Order: sequence, then structure tokens, then C-alpha cells
Amino acid sequence: MSEPIITVEKLSKRYLLGHQAAKGEGLRHALENAFRAPQQWLRARQQARAARREEFWALKDVSFEVKPGEVMGIIGRNGAGKSTLLKILSRITEPTSGRITIDGRVASLLEVGTGFHQELTGRENIFLNGAILGMSKAEITRKFDEIVAFSEVEKFLDTPVKRYSSGMYVRLAFAVAAHLEPEILIVDEVLAVGDAAFQKKCLGKMQDVSAQGRTVLFVSHNMASVQLLCSTGLLLNQGQVQIVGSIPKVLESYLSQGVEYDGHWTRPEPVPKTAGIYFEEVRILNEAGDVAGHLGCTSSFTVEMRVQATSAFDRAQLAIRLTNQEGVVILSTCSTDSHRQFVHIDAGTHVFRVTFPGEFLVAGTYTLQLAAHQPGQQLFDLIDDTIAICVEETGSVATITKDQRLGVVNPILAWVPQSTAPARK
Amino acid sequence: MAKLIIEAGRTERNYWRDLWRYRELFVFLAWRDLLIRYKQTTVGVAWAVLRPFLTMLVLTLMMRVSKLPGDGISPLPLFVYTAMLPWQFFSTALSESGTSLITNSNLISKVYFPRLVVPASSVITSFVDFAIAAVFTVFLMAWYGFMPPLTHLAALPIFVLLTFGASFGAGLWIAALMVKYRDFRFVVPFMVQFGLYAAPVFIMTSSISEKFSEKWQLLYSLNPVVGIIDGFRWSILGGHNLLYWPGQIASVAGVAVLVSSGLWYFRKTERSFADVI
Repeated sequence: MSEPIITVEKLSKRYLLGHQAAKGEGLRHALENAFRAPQQWLRARQQARAARREEFWALKDVSFEVKPGEVMGIIGRNGAGKSTLLKILSRITEPTSGRITIDGRVASLLEVGTGFHQELTGRENIFLNGAILGMSKAEITRKFDEIVAFSEVEKFLDTPVKRYSSGMYVRLAFAVAAHLEPEILIVDEVLAVGDAAFQKKCLGKMQDVSAQGRTVLFVSHNMASVQLLCSTGLLLNQGQVQIVGSIPKVLESYLSQGVEYDGHWTRPEPVPKTAGIYFEEVRILNEAGDVAGHLGCTSSFTVEMRVQATSAFDRAQLAIRLTNQEGVVILSTCSTDSHRQFVHIDAGTHVFRVTFPGEFLVAGTYTLQLAAHQPGQQLFDLIDDTIAICVEETGSVATITKDQRLGVVNPILAWVPQSTAPARK
Repeated sequence: MAKLIIEAGRTERNYWRDLWRYRELFVFLAWRDLLIRYKQTTVGVAWAVLRPFLTMLVLTLMMRVSKLPGDGISPLPLFVYTAMLPWQFFSTALSESGTSLITNSNLISKVYFPRLVVPASSVITSFVDFAIAAVFTVFLMAWYGFMPPLTHLAALPIFVLLTFGASFGAGLWIAALMVKYRDFRFVVPFMVQFGLYAAPVFIMTSSISEKFSEKWQLLYSLNPVVGIIDGFRWSILGGHNLLYWPGQIASVAGVAVLVSSGLWYFRKTERSFADVI
């Protein structure tokens, strides 16, 4: 148990930055270089070398170990190097330096349905995809019925997959992948597809895999599934390991990375000249009326927007969308809601306030997207994911009663006892 | 199972063992390409015969009009068709395996396997077309009442093997080059089109030394396809299509160079495919 199954030592991967290097990649360039006068050729070489200095380290000195049976979640913001790490681990690309020792059979799942061919039937694709993922023909034949049952597409087995609905396609693809039996499974984001019921099924299957004592490396943006599946975590930040350890510690460090919850946003540049409605300032106010990014879950808060309309608009609307850290949209609310119809907005500066009730949001972090638009016609302004709030646990009913309640919102609803009536049969 | 070590430049060591481990994938890829090749076509696999057959009709007509003699003994359509057989195999294999890495780029960037599997299975697919077209030769012969020289026919597999080598070697070069230089997407169709006229489809190779000198024939034979077409004619049509031995040796040597250099270049560039493609 103590011997690590994967050892990564000082792993680095360098990419040459596209725009400069690409210039030297064309055939024309190669031919030109070959035929040019030597002096010119030398200069071109020097230039090329200078261009090559513009390099980008996708991974830099990454070292960690994975023990057998460990389920490790690899997390990090976009561009942190997660995908590069997986690509090197699954031998798709070579590291620039460093070394990995793997003690077991690896199967990697960087995409659902790799190698699926539109023209082939479901049955044919099962065999093809299985072979691509490294299963032998005998193995696929043995598990064929199981795969079909899992995918729930029995009826369409002899239909070309191009006639499948996207849901069926994904189910079939995951079914094949789920029946791989390697000692080490490397999975990238595959759960981000399919409907909720199927996602749940996939998560269940993944849990089975780890319960069988196999080692799993799991990359995901979905913190809920990382939390559910993984025992340990690895947090990458700009190609370097920021923290390795137990999953709660790593998640905490991830969530505090980079985002500031100051509850205040002002437009960085002047309002555009083109006709439209634009946000100038957005403030989050707590119950006491102070600007705050950290809010208690039991108290209400207000979103205050100052907008400027360059001219008068009919049928215009401001909208707020609230998204939780799993990427689920909790709600949308619009300036026109209380009128139940579109309203006229005059030219000039307006201030709107929207109050969200307390005892409603579950503790966690949320991002706000704000939009000013004419529905179905024109989008004037969109502030996407730059405003975040952190709702903190301040004694919601869930913590008081200690029940394991589920759900994305936690409103207090009135339970009204009725006069005792005989139970209906 | 042995420990797997991933290091820069390390892939070399397990390469041939891996290639053997992935032999089933090789079969599956070839099988897939065969399955999809003629899906949703009306005449289906008949295309394998129709393409060389129609080309043969046009070329025969051209030869009749321009009074080219062929080999003077065997019927003109047969004379052309025996050259079309290996040429068609070579050209389809070249273009299919040349583009194979690009068309399978989703595999290259998402799964590990020895990349050699991809162009190799494309050559196999083209070979099946070739085999079907070859069977058609029998009908052509029956139509013209032509009896092939059985002793020569036994040597045919050697020339088939040679065609295999030539298309695989050239395919490896093109495939590896195309990953980096997409220019070859335009170069290959041109090569194929031009190659038909550079190959001795209309003439006997021996007529070159009759018209010019043997030096020119030897120079001409540096194109490996020349030796291959000569070989096909010699084994199918008979001894009046002389085997020009220096040309044959040049052809074998050319194919050997193509395959080994193709393998070398492919292996050299292979590990950066996923980054470049």
C-alpha cells in the first residue's frame, strides 16, 4: 500500500507560443530557408531562435505521488495545466523534462466517444471505441451485453450513431468507457455531459471503480463531484502545484484562489458611444446597507445597479442571473418582472435595486451575470462572471436541525398544521 | 507488468512491443475504414472496379486515337488495365494514408497508441480495393480469350508486395509531413494526377531505350512505380513485356529506401504529432 503507483518527478512541459513560431512552420518558409543565400538564411535562423524564446511553460516542476486505490481530483482554473498533465500521463504528448513512473495498466478517458464514427452503427462503434481505449476484442465481446444494458440503447444498436440523439450518443460512449478495467483510470471532465439522471449513474459507476481499489485521477470543474468522488486533491496554478492533500483542504484553497468578494464593480472603461443601455456601477449591499461581498445566508442582500441609457428604449430589460459554484443557474430575475410586461426606459442615468431574501441561498460562492438587452432583439451590455458573492453559513435551518437536506436553495416555507382529519385511504 | 516510465525521448524503447500490443486496433481501424468506405453509395463496392475500369476505357480510346501500339500482342484494354491495377493501388493508398493522420486527428490528440497504426491501416483498406479490381482482370481476360502465362503469374505476389512497400513508404512520408505542412493536401492530388502520365501506362518501358538510349530507360526506372508496372505486365501478360533487370533492381532499392526513410521520418516526428496537429 505504501509504494506509490504513480510517481511524478519534476515534470515540465514547454510549448512555443503560437503566432511567432507558426510563421516558421509553413512549407514555404522551410523551402525559402533552404534556397536563400546563406547570409540571409543565418539571419532567418537567428530570428527564428529569438521567436522561439517566446515560450510558455504549461507545466513547471510538477512533482507528486499517487498511492494505489487513491482517487485524486486534479483541479485548477482554466489554463492551470490540468489537461497538459493528463495528456502527458496518458502518453499522448511527451514531457519536455522530468519523469513519470507508472506501475500498472493505464486507461485514459479524455473525451467521451473518442473515435466514434457517425456512419457506423452502435454495435460497431462499441467494438471500435473499445479497441481505441485499449480493450481487446475478447474483452469487449465478454462485456458487450453489460455495456449495452448500461447505455440503454438496445433498440438502436443497429442504427448508425449519426441518427442518435445527443443523449443516446453520450450514454453509449460513456458505457464503453465505464467498462474499462485498468489499474489506473484517468478521467477528464467527461461527466459534464448528458442529462442529470445519467450523470448520476456515471458518478455511481465511478464510485464503483474506486471502491474496487483502483486508482483514479479525475479532472473536473464540478466541485460537487470532485468532493463526492475524491479522497485527495491536487491544485494546479499556472503550471505549478499549489497544494496536494486531503480534498477539503484543496477545495478551500481552490475557492479562495483569485476571486475577490468585495461586492463592488465599476465599469473599467467609459460607457460606449453606440446606442444602448450600459452598466456603470454595481454594488452588493448587505442588510445593514453596507457594501459587502461576504454575506450571511440568513440575512437579505441587495444588488444595486447604476445604468446609463444613451437614448429612450421601449421593450428594454435588465436581468440578473445567479450561478452557483457547480455552474448551476439558481435563478434569473428581470427588471420587468413586477410589471409583467416590457417597460419603457428613458434616456439618462437610472439606479435599480433588487433585494434577495435571507434564508434562501445555500452557503457557498455565487457569480452574477448582468445583462441589459431588448429581449429577442439586441444585447446591449453583458457583465459575465466578474461579480462574485460569498454566502456564508450563519446558522441556517439546515445547520440547526442537522438534517441532510438536499437542494440548491433553502427557503423557509410555511408549514401550516391543519385540524386533525382522519387519514385518507 | 513492467513499470512504465515516461520521459522526454523515452517512447523509443517500448515502441515495437506496443505496436504488437495494439495489433487489434490496427485490424479495427482497417475494418472501420472498409465499413464506411462505401456506406450510403448506390453501387457500393463496385466502385473499386468502376474507377480503374472507366479510366481504362478512356485511356484505351486515347491510345487508339493517337495510334499507340501497346505491347503489340495483348489486347490494348488488358495492356492498360494491368498498369492501372498497381497504379490505382499506389495512388489511393498514397492519398488515403497521406491524409489519414489529419482525418483521425481527434484520435491523435485524445488517445495514445503507436501512430504507425493509422497510415498502415489505410494502406490495407486500399489493398482490398486493389484485390477486388484484380479479380476483375479475370473477366477481362475471359472476354478477350487471353490466357495468362502461368509460370510468370507465380511471381505476381512479389510485385504486389513491392507496390505495398512503395505506397506504405511514400504514405508515411506524406502523412508525417502533412501533420505539420498542410500544403501537402494540395500537393498529393497533383502528384497522383501527374504520376499517371509519368508512369508507363501508355507505353512499354523498353520502347524508351529503342527510341532514345538505355541510359534514359535506367533514369526512367528510378521511379519505383515503373519497375512495378513492368513487373505486373510481365507476370500477367507474358514475356514479350520484357523485364528490364537494372530497372527492377532500381525499383526494389527505391522501395527499400522509401520504406526505411519513411519509417525513420515518421518515428522522428511522431511524438510531436499531438502538439502540432
